[in-house]
Amino acid sequence: MSIFARGAFVMVISAVSAGTAGAADLTIGLGGAVSAMDPHYHNVATNNMVNRHIFGRLVDQDAKQTLMPDLAESWKAIDDTTWEFKLRRGVKFHDGSDFDAKDVVATLKRIPSVVNAPSSFRIFTGQITETVVVDSHTIRLKTATPFPLMPVFMAGFAIISDEFETATTDDFNSGKAAIGTGAYKLKQYVRGDRIELTRYDGYAGTKPAWENVTIKQVTNPAARVAALLSGDVQIIDQVPTADLERLKKDKKIGVSSVVSNRVIYLSMDTNRDQSPFVTAKDGKPLAKNPLKDVRVRKAMSMAINRPAIVDRVMEKQAIPAAQFLPETFFGTSKNLKVEKFDAEGARKLLAEAGYKDGFAITLHSPNDRYPNDEKIAQAVAQMLSRIGIQTKVEAIPFATYSPRATKLEFSFMLWGWGSGTGEVSSPLRSLVATYDREKGNGPSNRGRYSNPKVDELLATALRTVDDAARAKLLAEASEAAIFDVAVIPLHYNINNWATRAGFSYEPRTDESTLAMGVKAAKR
Amino acid sequence: MTVTTPDRVPAVEAEAAAPAVVSPLRRFWIDFRDSKVAVAGLAGCILIVALALLAPFISPQNPYDLAQLDIMDGRLEPGAAGMDGTIFWLGTDDQGRDMLSGILYGIRISLAVGVASGVLAMAFGASMGLLAAYFGGRVDTLIMRVVDLQLSFPAILLALILVAVLGQGIDKIIIALVAVQWAYYARTIRGTALVERRKEYIEAARCLALGDARVVFRHLLPNCLPPLIVVGTVQVAHAIALEATLSFLGIGLPITEPSLGLLIANGFEYMLSGKYWISFFPGVALLLTIVSINLVGDQLRDVLNPRLQK
Amino acid sequence: MTVFLIRRLMQAVVVLFAMSLIVFVGVYAIGNPIDILISPEADQLERERAIHALGLDLPLWEQYFVFLQRALTGDLGRSFAFGAPALQIIVERMPATLELAVAAMGISILVGIPLGMWAGFRPESFGGRAIMAGSILGFSLPTFWVGLMLIMVFAVHLGWLPSTGRGETVEVLGLQLSIFTWNGWTHLLLPAFNLALFKMALVIRLTRAGMRENLLMDYVKFARAKGLSPGRVIFVHVLKNIMIPVVTILGLELGSVIAFAVVTETIFSWPGMGKLIIDSINQLDRPVIVAYLLITVSMFIFINFVVDILYSVLDPRVRLKEMKS
Repeated sequence: MSIFARGAFVMVISAVSAGTAGAADLTIGLGGAVSAMDPHYHNVATNNMVNRHIFGRLVDQDAKQTLMPDLAESWKAIDDTTWEFKLRRGVKFHDGSDFDAKDVVATLKRIPSVVNAPSSFRIFTGQITETVVVDSHTIRLKTATPFPLMPVFMAGFAIISDEFETATTDDFNSGKAAIGTGAYKLKQYVRGDRIELTRYDGYAGTKPAWENVTIKQVTNPAARVAALLSGDVQIIDQVPTADLERLKKDKKIGVSSVVSNRVIYLSMDTNRDQSPFVTAKDGKPLAKNPLKDVRVRKAMSMAINRPAIVDRVMEKQAIPAAQFLPETFFGTSKNLKVEKFDAEGARKLLAEAGYKDGFAITLHSPNDRYPNDEKIAQAVAQMLSRIGIQTKVEAIPFATYSPRATKLEFSFMLWGWGSGTGEVSSPLRSLVATYDREKGNGPSNRGRYSNPKVDELLATALRTVDDAARAKLLAEASEAAIFDVAVIPLHYNINNWATRAGFSYEPRTDESTLAMGVKAAKR
Repeated sequence: MTVTTPDRVPAVEAEAAAPAVVSPLRRFWIDFRDSKVAVAGLAGCILIVALALLAPFISPQNPYDLAQLDIMDGRLEPGAAGMDGTIFWLGTDDQGRDMLSGILYGIRISLAVGVASGVLAMAFGASMGLLAAYFGGRVDTLIMRVVDLQLSFPAILLALILVAVLGQGIDKIIIALVAVQWAYYARTIRGTALVERRKEYIEAARCLALGDARVVFRHLLPNCLPPLIVVGTVQVAHAIALEATLSFLGIGLPITEPSLGLLIANGFEYMLSGKYWISFFPGVALLLTIVSINLVGDQLRDVLNPRLQK
Repeated sequence: MTVFLIRRLMQAVVVLFAMSLIVFVGVYAIGNPIDILISPEADQLERERAIHALGLDLPLWEQYFVFLQRALTGDLGRSFAFGAPALQIIVERMPATLELAVAAMGISILVGIPLGMWAGFRPESFGGRAIMAGSILGFSLPTFWVGLMLIMVFAVHLGWLPSTGRGETVEVLGLQLSIFTWNGWTHLLLPAFNLALFKMALVIRLTRAGMRENLLMDYVKFARAKGLSPGRVIFVHVLKNIMIPVVTILGLELGSVIAFAVVTETIFSWPGMGKLIIDSINQLDRPVIVAYLLITVSMFIFINFVVDILYSVLDPRVRLKEMKS
């Protein structure tokens, strides 16, 4: 028995040392969790970033979320309701089969057929009423109404080989169906632990630097930093702001940052006459909901010292926000400025609105969702308390925060919004458009804010195919919403990646961590 | 997570143990002060309780009043001066909360949570365990299967359900901790009581046709008490640590009213960046509290254990 | 004995029912899983479709009924988050956790018993006191804090051991095990020690208490009077007697180590069951939570069953027939 065991031991050791990491290998410490290898199963950021290694898309987004050709060489709107995509020739899947229009058709068919998807990719394809294959490398997508966002939406999902149109999620997880056109082939997916990838030599794009890539899930932030410091991984994402200062000083570590597409904002119940968590200071109900008064909302916005939050709570890893997206993104307004901190003015405005003595409110916040979420909430509460709005903070796990917020149980909430499309129509439509189930407007409008002017400008923008005209309309809609304090924007997060010396990462606004973007640093 | 009685010992009747001349209480104290360390532990306990009770009067700041905090004073080193010139002797946390005040108030909350949940869990758990052992049969079956159920139910899920249904608060955390801990007491005391109830004095009490309640609480319970007290002291300490863990997982106390555990959990993320004081000082306070309680508990066990009587 | 066994089995079934019911109601009380799983960009209709797809639009009792029907055929449902059978997901994670649990138990026994014996043998000595003081630390330091300290010291500063994750695995009897590789051991050591700390303190205290009691007992005096060497008395006679409670209680502890090594597995990114249950709870992945708790409750029932039998073996005054449970 013991001899046998020892024999096995020696064998294993030799096997391990034979397989040790070479120079061209990379290990990534990922902050998020990956739920499946099926690219059409769960529309969630971590899954999408991992499947971008394996699968191509019709349209790609670069590090700043500008659209780039990928499997589609070019695209144009040939009339108001038809988009034409010219497909790239000579692209091969990992199994050697050719990519052409039938693979796109198969993908479009498969997406709605993944039945138990908890978050379907149908949101990117639902607008398509008809798919016309013009030739093997030209495809036309028709919609019922003008749809300017078509190219952006085509960047939302992965293209699979038509051979696997009916493959199950299990087939993708086992690797059998995980055959794409991406830069990497799936070697192994160990659920809840890691994903192993190997370079695909037939890749049509730029050859990535790393031959073998392991993506390890290290969801605990402190453990992730420790893994980087000890050299177990070469790059980590979602670097905790508390550790950045130290990491930046460390000569063995490099940090790369970029402002993200995610705004952290406060949402208020502006709809109900009696809001559950707004009372007089003695706990008695108020005659009316003060949050319905734009002067109160404005006063709250003025009372918040955004630079202080950015400096002290976010440790400079954020930028004070004036609107829904940083000014460099499509459709943002050039006229909106960050609300100036003015406690005195806020107090006056509050008195003018009839709340000289203030009122009491509870700010609900998740405590495991956004960087420093519960700390931001406390800082906001400090500042509001100083102008007489007695603010309590209840910070709870997202697992119960989100469902309760959706049931409209809260009055005053802290949220974050990242624009996957990289343009301002996404937050406008989801957060401030009047809640309308049929039109799909305002699904995340949990304060039930409603402003006909915003609705109208947005609706026109969403029908306008001309980019310049659309950008102008979206900017006007943003201005209308912000002037009315539909929400209180606090700051835009800065995305950080930390790498070991000798590695560098091109930071991405969309928070994705891609092995293709990791380079061997020139020293 | 479990603490089980280290020694299941049948206690002799209290009168039999005590020499005739000295009252049991005095005799107990003589035995107790035998160990200098235990006396020091007792002094520590008294000091900590005093600090907890006096916290509102001796703290430089009310750390629970957000209007008194300023994030511009955040993460100051020990001994640094704030914007208005106040000196923060133990530094500040990320919200500009004075750590000294935070710790004093934190001891209050931690002790309240630990003691309240410990006492309630012990009272409920011990009653259940006694009933199960004494009556046997269906009562025993029912109680012990509920214990099985409880022991395999994760504290985290229970706490999350309570937060979702009842909201956040100290009382909710106490409920959660009682729900988690009572089963340990029940199982511990049932084991002891099963042995005890076969003994002659219980048979005798029954023969005298004493009521069930009287037999259980006047005769059976006192004889099961020594191990229970020991488990109790350890368990109070454990409840404080468990509360810290729940807070670390984000389902503990309200973030604006931190206990020692929550202070440690909050400071935890600054450990790697060298801002040690945010979690170090509350850690020391927690440690001293728990060590004091345990020193007393250890000595209690030795004193109350008749087999170790000299 | 057979009657006892059958009765216990029937009770176990009732407990399993109760557990599944509690989880259904509990998760329902926390919230709708779709609100966590779905993309924020999804519109209202898409949300409704997803709710329907997962069967969450049915009344709760109907959802439970569907679950029961499937459960009777051995199908505990598919994970909302992973889309794979819940049972399969749990079984995948089991070897990692079992390894960790066994290693932690091993460490706590190998370190705890000698230390406890020393502390019991020389309770007044400096060593004895130091051991007891150390064991208090084991009880009182929060696990997450110790875990990070271990990583800081041994992985970051000294660089002796890896900080996170599980090492190389090899297939042994169809299981992916890492304890047969050197790399696997280096990964296992820190989390196992972290997990063992609490148990070690427990073992030290139990052993010390047992040691002190037994040393005063008549059989020890007789053995010494007979002229047996002190070493033989302690390591053969006394050790045998103190092992009984230690083994019993550690058996009970094993259950909680396997089921709820949540904090350790989170800090060390150990891909085991504890990490699975916390992730599942955070995503309200009900099928996984239900299946997981059904497995753990079965395990606890089994362990308690064994303990009850042990009690009756160790102490003949406690009779199974009388316990009727």
